[in-house]
Amino acid sequence: MKDITCKLLVIGAGPGGYICAIRAGQLNIDTVIVEAAKVGGTCLMVGCIPSKALIHAADEFAKVAHFAAKQTPLGISVSDPAIDFTQTIAWKDGIVSRLNNGVAGLLKKANVKIVTGTAKFRDGKTVEVETLTGQQIIRAENIVIATGSAPVEVPTLPFGGNVISSTEALSLETVPEKLVVVGGGYIGLELGTAYAKLGSKVTVVEAQSKILPQYDAELTRPIVKNLNALGVTVLTGVKAKGMSAKGDALLIEKADGKDDKIAADKVLVTVGRKPVTTGWGLEEVDLDMDGKFVRIDDKCRTSMRGVYAIGDVTGEPMLAHRAMAQGEMVAEIVAGHNRSWDKRAIAAVCFTDPEIVTVGLSPEEAKQAGHEVKIGLFPFAANGRAMTQEGEEGFVRVVAAAGNHLVLGIQAVGTGVSELSASFALALEMGARLEDIAGTIHAHPTQSEGFQEAALKALGHALHI
Amino acid sequence: MGEYVIKLPDVGEGVAEAELVEWNVKVGDLVREDMVLAAVMTDKATVEIPSPVDGEIIWLGGEIGEVIPIGSPIIRLKIEGEGHAVAVEPAKPVKAEAPAPADKPVEAAKPERKPALAPKPQEASKPASAKPVFNTSAPRGEGEKPLASPAVRQRARDNGVDLRQVSGTGPAGRITHEDLDGFFSRGAQKPGVAALSPDNSVKEIKVVGLRRKIAEKMAIAKSRIPHITYVEEIDVTSLEELRAALNTKKRPDQAKLTILPFLMRAMVKAIADQPQLNALYDDEANIIHQHGGVHIGIAAQTPGGLVVPVVKHAEARTLWDCAAEVNLLADAAKTGTATREQLSGSTITITSLGSMGGVVTTPVINHPEVAIIGVNKIMIRPMWDGTAFIPRKMMNLSSSFDHRVIDGWDAAVFIQRIKALLETPAMIFVED
Repeated sequence: MKDITCKLLVIGAGPGGYICAIRAGQLNIDTVIVEAAKVGGTCLMVGCIPSKALIHAADEFAKVAHFAAKQTPLGISVSDPAIDFTQTIAWKDGIVSRLNNGVAGLLKKANVKIVTGTAKFRDGKTVEVETLTGQQIIRAENIVIATGSAPVEVPTLPFGGNVISSTEALSLETVPEKLVVVGGGYIGLELGTAYAKLGSKVTVVEAQSKILPQYDAELTRPIVKNLNALGVTVLTGVKAKGMSAKGDALLIEKADGKDDKIAADKVLVTVGRKPVTTGWGLEEVDLDMDGKFVRIDDKCRTSMRGVYAIGDVTGEPMLAHRAMAQGEMVAEIVAGHNRSWDKRAIAAVCFTDPEIVTVGLSPEEAKQAGHEVKIGLFPFAANGRAMTQEGEEGFVRVVAAAGNHLVLGIQAVGTGVSELSASFALALEMGARLEDIAGTIHAHPTQSEGFQEAALKALGHALHI
Repeated sequence: MGEYVIKLPDVGEGVAEAELVEWNVKVGDLVREDMVLAAVMTDKATVEIPSPVDGEIIWLGGEIGEVIPIGSPIIRLKIEGEGHAVAVEPAKPVKAEAPAPADKPVEAAKPERKPALAPKPQEASKPASAKPVFNTSAPRGEGEKPLASPAVRQRARDNGVDLRQVSGTGPAGRITHEDLDGFFSRGAQKPGVAALSPDNSVKEIKVVGLRRKIAEKMAIAKSRIPHITYVEEIDVTSLEELRAALNTKKRPDQAKLTILPFLMRAMVKAIADQPQLNALYDDEANIIHQHGGVHIGIAAQTPGGLVVPVVKHAEARTLWDCAAEVNLLADAAKTGTATREQLSGSTITITSLGSMGGVVTTPVINHPEVAIIGVNKIMIRPMWDGTAFIPRKMMNLSSSFDHRVIDGWDAAVFIQRIKALLETPAMIFVED
């Protein structure tokens, strides 16, 4: 096969890689992107998008089940709700497929060449790609490593059989009767909640003393409450020891040191994700590492000239939107623009029920960083719009410096608060003070009024509480 | 009160756009008729834009370095009496500020804003006082990160400014665009230290206007043309004697003769024998345009940079005529009044730095020409006449040729012909 020579080669077509390639194409950089699977990466194929589709379907089904049980005050009743899970999965696959084609189309429009296969560095300027039709050599002036991350396996619970990762959990043939989730982080709880709504008997096993350990108790309280309401059993301080001999139960060691087992049709292991640093020839280029991640500087440059790295392979937070911003930046740097990483805010969203949004510092983190803080918390119970959509659980919380009222962090928990992440991130990125948020008119009746009210509360004069 | 729109006028034949190189006014300035408002530059000439009316500037249509199409509005003025803008340009920013009917929701929802201030948005948005910026203490506490919006951060980075050195006047010490403006105009505050200290500053200078044109032109010449440079020494003793004699008996209305008019006439003669040297090579079409007329570009240094005014039809000019034209063009170039026509159309170029001419230079061909003649300085050198060293006035010519279309042999023949003519100057004036 004839060698390809290009100015920019991107390894991995996840959100970081494909954004990098599209932006580079827009800037008339001769760009090639290599991807072993379909374009879109974890996010589009087995992450953000399909999980949100599944969560939506579960929410819809839970709603009608709720109506059927005559538990709603709205006066709506239905009978015998049913779900054809095969069709649900097919619908989800349809969305993934549409987005696949969309991304491929955008790459094509930007004149980016897509090479399908597995890339491996030969040296810092040359990559070998194993394609279906043989080996393809690509020589590039600049190479971007965007290989992403993969689910972490627990040594005693190797994936296979009834032990599944989030990937398999998004494509099950039937709703498991008994589902055990090992790991009470956001991925496990998002999927565990969805399956509980679809009818599974769900047990969450978390080794630490609380679920969603990165969030404070105030933020997770509405989640815990709702998990209880959904009949999900949450076991904290419990270690997973392996599968039973028959493979139909998870063996655990409880907090008091006693062994036990939990019957399970499927065991979903979601104990985290790890950067993909093998299989693409890291050893050939011998890049400096930062723990298990590839070390990068504020321009996403690795220790080798002309080799960049973006996304999950470069560190936390492993979020698609961080990778996208890095990808865009690297494309512009390759085009000769003067860019460097100076972001103040990367919002993180947890699509549990209700949802959690965080950006910037939590009250505890702000105090640890030496700030004297002012905190304003406004509950959705006092928000008209929240009441009209039965979403009174939760709140918006603003953390600001006591001295100059500079907003340091914003958190919210509540139904649909993921969409508030935009204004939260904007406030932090622009360096807003409490007065800026309080002085911005927020439309009524919306949940966003809670944001303005939280700022007012921190200033000592909230209006609706 | 009316509004008057000034559009970018047609500044030269075949010119579709011009680069904005200077604003002489800002929003809010009161201007009189004929006052110069701005300068724009085309390929060759810089043109000033005067105000046709009295009025107040309310809008400027571009930034320095921006390339603007001919006919685009570039300035809006508020004038006494009826303007002409409304009919021509409906619904532009200025008009939007006019009192609106009360039933327009957008207007009604706007926070109260005094219409009197509205036409001067830049004025209105300035901080009440820039004084806090002038404090000499550190902009913020140790380890505290500068606070600025993404746009301000990028602008600082593009201009090589470390925001940690910039004081912020905004809320919570936020650095605003105005703070950056102030920082740029004032420069970084440097603490008073010992006489010798390392200077780590990097000044970023935007390459615009004439400098950009020169840069582009030079890059094209050097990247496309394989240069061959040929240096020969010329005994100009006789020529200098003739020149001195002519200058002493010249009429008052005649320009003083330099070496250039002689060289130009010599080139005309040499080109008559070798017309391939007086040509433009279109390397994309693979066509050489060999010109009958000898239009000699004279590279001239101006305060803004290098320009090349052109003596047209040197073959039809006398020695005195050439001298007069060179003087006229040099003055026009130095005062920046040279027209586009005077700055274009050369077919061969002379470059001379006079007494700064050095011993040897490697001239860059004025693309798409094929030859450039470089004049080095005249020096008295001891020359061997066969029996003794005698002092002679010697001058080198360093000349470059496009080796794609001019062979070394032809280049050498050309220079040798010029050498022969200059060393026996009477031959320049002998009709063949």
